[in-house]
Amino acid sequence: MTRQSTFRVAAAGLALVASLLAVASPPARAQDEPRVIVITAKRFEFSPNQITLAKGETVKLQIKSEDVTHGLFVRPLGIDAEIAPGRVTELTLTPETAGTYRAICDHFCGAGHGGMKMTIVVRE
Amino acid sequence: MKKDLDRRRFLKIAGTSMGVGALYTVWPSLGRSAEAAELARRLGAKTGEKPTPFTFAQLSDAHVGFDGPIGTRALERAVATINGLPRRPDLVLFTGDLTHDTEKPGEHAARMSLFREISGRLQVAKVYHVPGEHDAGLDGGELFRSVFGPTSYSFDHRGVHFIALDNVSRAKPEVGAEQRAWLAKDLSRFHATTPIVVFTHRPLFDLRPDWEWFTSDGDEVMNLLAPYENVTVLYGHIHREDHHTIGHAQHFAARSLCFAFPDPDKFEDKKAIPFDKDQPFKNLGLRVIDRTAGSAAETVRVQDVELAMSELSGTEGFDQLLKPATF
Ligand SMILES: [Cu+2]
Repeated sequence: MTRQSTFRVAAAGLALVASLLAVASPPARAQDEPRVIVITAKRFEFSPNQITLAKGETVKLQIKSEDVTHGLFVRPLGIDAEIAPGRVTELTLTPETAGTYRAICDHFCGAGHGGMKMTIVVRE
Repeated sequence: MKKDLDRRRFLKIAGTSMGVGALYTVWPSLGRSAEAAELARRLGAKTGEKPTPFTFAQLSDAHVGFDGPIGTRALERAVATINGLPRRPDLVLFTGDLTHDTEKPGEHAARMSLFREISGRLQVAKVYHVPGEHDAGLDGGELFRSVFGPTSYSFDHRGVHFIALDNVSRAKPEVGAEQRAWLAKDLSRFHATTPIVVFTHRPLFDLRPDWEWFTSDGDEVMNLLAPYENVTVLYGHIHREDHHTIGHAQHFAARSLCFAFPDPDKFEDKKAIPFDKDQPFKNLGLRVIDRTAGSAAETVRVQDVELAMSELSGTEGFDQLLKPATF
């Protein structure tokens, strides 16, 4: 089993696991501030439920929960975040491999938890 | 003639489906030969207890309270099947999702009680449980612990070391640093050849991460187990049979007693296999292994119980070698 990350992820916030921090990229310089994408999590959906990124583009995901703690997890992109209510969880990432990835909530949040997911498309 | 001994076949854990669950047999597969007796003696000297043949069953994912067509019938059938076995297993291990979650006050506890009432009919010496996320994901395992006690623990049975691991009650699919530290300590007193059976709810490897079929620190757990040569991991969660060999370890999933999921290699979306009212127990199951204790035969004999249901479920047997390694 390898857990290869095809994203470089710079992590902000307490939610990120150490493995993400290990591949953190240097912070973006002021003149090339990354695009910010705001994602809202609530039982049992993410909105928007699809985002599109460009390969090599650095983006900042700002994720917040409107109710309970959720997760955002994409193994091939190295995303493993805990989205606690009451704060914004920030992930900076640069996708390096084009493709369509399914992101799931991996923090059990009730009856519809199993279907709580979103799509991340990375264009060539 | 010691050199001619096939030590790899010294101990076996083998399993096969019987329609409503899984029964495993642990036995020295060299049977009653003098060489086998000598190997068993030496293994016993290393591990504290000589392995002797026995059987145990695994049941999983009953989801009592789930609003589905099968209700508790598969669970009840599994219990009756085990009670009807000609040789009753020593142990039954439940690998989580005993109940289905609900936020209605008092209702989850009622479901747990119903589960206990049915599983309490098992006529076996000992029944062990680990929680699934539907048992423990919302309350951190509080209800489970109030009924069954700790969510992780270990015990020894006839020369085999059993370890219950909790990878659900932190809400995320993880075992966590604290439990891993406990595991390392628990393992430290055992020799590398000790047969170890880990039972847990979720797979301890990346089976299908985007279906939440993984444990985020599964690698760390398996690294702790890596020095041990005879490791079997039994889990549930995926509602289908599965067998993977990773390094030394054999990973087996049991079928559900509620509804089945399809082959993750063939489907993009995690959707239950539709219920077939003419074959209500299709794809559900118990996996059963049977081997006559001390028999010299090398092949696994599929238990002849519930044959009709085995046919319906189309299950094949499997077996596993426990390598005796270095003596
Ligand atoms: Cu959620």
